[in-house]
Amino acid sequence: MALINIKIEGIPYQVEEGLTILEAAKKCGYEIPSLCAYNHGECNRGSCRVCLVEATGARGLVASCVYPVNEGMEITISSPAATKARRASVELLLSNHNRNCQECDKNEKCELLHVARLTGAREGMFQGSQTPTTFDDLTPSIVRDTSKCVLCGRCVTRCQNAHGNGILGFENRGFNTIVGPAENRSFIESPCIMCGQCINVCPTGALMEKSEIDKVDAAMAAGKYVVVQTAPAVRAALGEEFGMKIGTPVTGKMCAALRRLGFKKVFDTNFAADLTIMEEATELLGRIKNGGALPMITSCSPGWINYAEYYYGDQLDHLSSCKSPHEMFGAILKSYYAEKIGVKPEDMFVVSIMPCSSKKYEEQRPELETNGLRDVDAVLTTRELGKLIKRSGINFTKLPDEDFDQDIVHDYTGAGVIFGVTGGVMEAALRTAYFVLTGKEREGVVFNEVRGFESIREAEFDLAGQKIKVAVTSGMKGAKVLLDQIREGTSPYTFIEIMGCPGGCINGGGQPYVREAFLPNEDDDILDTYQAKRAAALYSEDERQELRQSHRNAQVKALYDEFLGEPNSHKAHELLHTTYNKNRERFPQK
Amino acid sequence: MAHLSEAAVAKINEICDRYEGEKTPLMMILSDIQKEYGYIPLDVQQIVSERTGVSVAEIYGVVTFYSFFSLKPKGKFVIGCCLGTACYVKGAQQVIDKFSEILGIKPGETTDDGMFTIDALRCIGACGIAPAVSINGKVYPKVAVSAVPGIIDELRAQGEE
Repeated sequence: MALINIKIEGIPYQVEEGLTILEAAKKCGYEIPSLCAYNHGECNRGSCRVCLVEATGARGLVASCVYPVNEGMEITISSPAATKARRASVELLLSNHNRNCQECDKNEKCELLHVARLTGAREGMFQGSQTPTTFDDLTPSIVRDTSKCVLCGRCVTRCQNAHGNGILGFENRGFNTIVGPAENRSFIESPCIMCGQCINVCPTGALMEKSEIDKVDAAMAAGKYVVVQTAPAVRAALGEEFGMKIGTPVTGKMCAALRRLGFKKVFDTNFAADLTIMEEATELLGRIKNGGALPMITSCSPGWINYAEYYYGDQLDHLSSCKSPHEMFGAILKSYYAEKIGVKPEDMFVVSIMPCSSKKYEEQRPELETNGLRDVDAVLTTRELGKLIKRSGINFTKLPDEDFDQDIVHDYTGAGVIFGVTGGVMEAALRTAYFVLTGKEREGVVFNEVRGFESIREAEFDLAGQKIKVAVTSGMKGAKVLLDQIREGTSPYTFIEIMGCPGGCINGGGQPYVREAFLPNEDDDILDTYQAKRAAALYSEDERQELRQSHRNAQVKALYDEFLGEPNSHKAHELLHTTYNKNRERFPQK
Repeated sequence: MAHLSEAAVAKINEICDRYEGEKTPLMMILSDIQKEYGYIPLDVQQIVSERTGVSVAEIYGVVTFYSFFSLKPKGKFVIGCCLGTACYVKGAQQVIDKFSEILGIKPGETTDDGMFTIDALRCIGACGIAPAVSINGKVYPKVAVSAVPGIIDELRAQGEE
């Protein structure tokens, strides 16, 4: 890349050609206040006017997030005209903003408040009309409050980038513009998959997860036997809520914190991930043997399930019938485990800590109920767990490292841990499929071919003479490609793993916010690297496990021996498998 | 899309076919549909979305951005009152208010019998004959408030023919 000469505040610098002023200034050590810009170019609409600077050769002030640097350009960030203009931009945004900052859940993570502070915005400088607002909390997953929206468009871009045909857009015109699903519908009346990627990029409190902390409080107060389970991706990110570096695994402290929060038992969803593999691998081999619908597609991600039901209702027989791991675990806890410890299933309350907003929707699906009892009673996101811990006066970083409760359902293998990252379910399934087909363990448990972050990865394996071609994708853009192949009858694959969020659960819609403004100790490229860093935390935990294949989990074996019989048995089907809804309307008549 | 007739679906597909190969066909498709049916409801937008790959949310955004597009059926007679600067200073506000008063609807609304829609327009480029009213493409020059009842009667008579 060619270098060009620019000056910032009169000081000469050499920077790469093609950068925006905002990026170039950052490389030279300047932090221009900015709001709508996100991750160098993922979303740059120049819409918020918070990053205005003076640049020679330009008429008036320019939005530095979209204006490219050129040879000889002299940039002034600190001139009175520029600082006043930036401040006025923020004051104008604030004049049409619901300023209940104290109670706002994005407090401490709000980028509008951050730029207000940086620019020195003053209170009540502009007073006038307010844009009519919409408050949508009809879904169990996502709350949209347009009174907090700054129209930056990050959510619109992220939704489209991740899922192709996005469901959020700008509507109406001028001062009446809002962002929402078509017709300003609720998310529940649109084909939103509730993945929560929009929440993760929203700079303000306009998009938030729907909290279920009250439900957990009520269960505790009612004296229920409250059991908690944590998904693998949570431990790879929870530390971020307490200022720890991205990628720090906090399994031990998380267990300690959950115990101090009053949960009767602290379990790992990984146990059920191993169980899922036993069911799913058996199901796959059964389909291969008996001519069932192939390729078979994983069913752990509720965002993906929503998408499949909305757009590929005619292809649902390709989905594995396995419930997702935490739902399986709920069903086992309220049957096998409740019986063992002598607790009535109806007195048990199962809480899942998930990296996911879509799991909140899944939790309420009518299909996921056994003997009239919900398999899982409440789902909290990683962020909500962070809040719970802070609220309870627990100093997370000072906690000792503890372990999950040692009981008949606590064991887990490395295969379960990697469920949290794209390619992980596939790799875990392959480890066990190899054993089932060949009767022996494969040399080297790692399947590198299915790891990584490219949109679609494919690989072919020879499992005891059985050629298996597989594909892995995350985000619905890739899913559409693979599903269209299936619909057209050209899919070359036997087994496909699909996760709703790009990168998998480690980048789920319930994970801690990754905001450069609040991460002064992370590298400049953190928005490009945080997924890999969180994934590395999971892969390293996999490596530390003595057992790394689901079928070697002794407690899962015992569960089959004592209770379920064998994988895909009648009882296993009753408790661990589910059905899907092929009649979900994308835009139901109101 | 349960309540769209087969003929309507075929027609919308035919309109989409017209712009096959165009890089950005959306505006042209919507414009043709607007002319054909007088409005572009959500289930029609869904068909256009599937055909063009543009999300329903974005199409809805375009339809609500341009006042030329409409989400609801318009009346048999669309009374477009110019409220541009020249017409405004010549009393266009009183003219549109009179239409509203007699028909009992606000600008942007349609009468229950489906006969009349009132639209408030920005400058239609007929400043020399202000205040101007454009009804189904026919321009009425220098409309006085007192002429409004007569215009409505004339249109009603036409509509009942």
